[in-house]
Amino acid sequence: MPLLEVKGLGINFGGLRAVNRFDLTIEPGEVVGLIGPNGAGKTTVFNMISGYFPPTDGTIVFKGRSIVGLKPYQIARLGIARTFQNIRLFRDNSVLDNVRVAFHPRAGYGLIDAFLRTPRFRAKEAEINERAFELLETLNIADKANTAVKNLPYGDQRRVEIARALAVGPELLLLDEPAAGMNPAEVQQLVELIRFIKQKFNLTVLLIEHQMGLVMNLCERLVVMDFGEIIARGLPHEVRQNPKVLEAYLGKGAVA
Amino acid sequence: MGGVMFQNINKMLLMVIGAVVLYVLLKIMITTGVINPYWQRVLFYSLIVTIGALGLGVIYGFTGQFSLGHAAFVGLGAYSAGYFSKTFGQYGGLSFIGALLVGMVFAGLMGFLIGVPVLRLKSDYLGIATLGFGFIVKVALDNADKIIPELGGARGMVGTPQVANLEWLFFTALIVIVLTRNFIFSTYGRACTSIREDETAADMIGVNTFKTKLMAFTFGCALAGLGGGLYAHTYPFICPGDFYFLQSFDYLIVVVLGGLGSMTGTVVTAIGWAFLLEGLRFVLGPQFVDFRGVIYALILIITILVRRQGIFGGKEFGFLVPQVRREKPDAALRG
Repeated sequence: MPLLEVKGLGINFGGLRAVNRFDLTIEPGEVVGLIGPNGAGKTTVFNMISGYFPPTDGTIVFKGRSIVGLKPYQIARLGIARTFQNIRLFRDNSVLDNVRVAFHPRAGYGLIDAFLRTPRFRAKEAEINERAFELLETLNIADKANTAVKNLPYGDQRRVEIARALAVGPELLLLDEPAAGMNPAEVQQLVELIRFIKQKFNLTVLLIEHQMGLVMNLCERLVVMDFGEIIARGLPHEVRQNPKVLEAYLGKGAVA
Repeated sequence: MGGVMFQNINKMLLMVIGAVVLYVLLKIMITTGVINPYWQRVLFYSLIVTIGALGLGVIYGFTGQFSLGHAAFVGLGAYSAGYFSKTFGQYGGLSFIGALLVGMVFAGLMGFLIGVPVLRLKSDYLGIATLGFGFIVKVALDNADKIIPELGGARGMVGTPQVANLEWLFFTALIVIVLTRNFIFSTYGRACTSIREDETAADMIGVNTFKTKLMAFTFGCALAGLGGGLYAHTYPFICPGDFYFLQSFDYLIVVVLGGLGSMTGTVVTAIGWAFLLEGLRFVLGPQFVDFRGVIYALILIITILVRRQGIFGGKEFGFLVPQVRREKPDAALRG
């Protein structure tokens, strides 16, 4: 059974058809890249999968269950986590709190436990701390646990965002331009990091990216969008030579 | 594990000792007349404001929900608790506890009911909706005597037993501080601050934002109601004008001045603010007493210009914050 099955997905913003007839099937354990020029509708697809925009038409089935119409928090709890193109962290909060809050749905204690600091509260909080620190260590930011996120350099903020997404406990991880603003060395580190967490947490990854180095290195399969529609799909080296893709990126005539 | 545990117990012990010492000091100063009955009133008022302001701190400072109707919930608590006491006041302390619970539950319930529709709104719109709720409560209380004569309507309510004293106020405030701290430093508090920082992102990591906002709002309004209940038993006369939108601004000023997202700031500012208001009365003299409004508005403006994050800027006194440290032996085992 595929992990994610998207069929005929489309959305209108007023008179604009932002995404049209988008189909995508992802098997467990795959790393799929979603690429395309700016404004192609890639992030809109992410926003529909994560429940932020209800699609105008089409179906999204995750683990055999339709998730269209569910609220973002319900979809997250089913096992889809994401990061954002322009980092969206809880800026005034510490790194640790940014990660710990993602355990909220599975905190395992109630309001009364919290108010009275019962043994149950202490035990569960210790567990949350332990798991949060583990994630911070995995991402190499444990030493900054008590720093406010807004005081971190950009690269570290990206790491915190990934740590937070992992804390959601996802099976499917959506990464929206994880390498934006990184230099080639950092991109290489990121490729290794994504490979590592995919292995460690048994993840399936769908990522949007412009850095072709990362995409070609990491993705087993690519889907190319332009003007809201899929114009090509296939293995990275196939897609790279597809004339439609070259045209979308470089313009008509450039191909010849 | 042992080290951290020991430290936490130490800290708690320090807190308890500090509270007892403070209480004994205040008690001595009151009995020996160092604090005369007039300043004693001010002290009592400052403690009531502290309790109510902590409620707004949870709603606005920690959850980011802009409420301009906080005093209305204090009023609902004051009137419901006062009415309960007038009816069942013959049982002494027990009926006082009952009255406080009634005030708290009633204000919390109203907060919940009004929260369901209005918490869907964001920032300014939410402010306007809660402001509107404040007007509704004022008008309702003005005319409440037509339904329940004991509430007195616009003429005000008299005859609540004046049973609140230093012990009640001080220890209630203390319990509220501890409970608020426990709420804030739990997964619920973290869910609240995540909503304040970025509601969409909070939603996408699995926080049921509406439920969390409703929880914070209900809790904050219940604290307002508790403050109101104490108010009704500290002052022999209460009237709807005591809980109007100007009073809502007072709470807002305390929370903003103290620093959004700081309990320490809220408590210190609430107490300082109550004393400042009365202190100015003496400094300005009877002729200029109305200029107090100008002065504290100026203080607010200057704070926003010079120190937007408030006096405490989200910081807390150390003893309020449970420390989270990675336990070393554990980490070594892992390595």
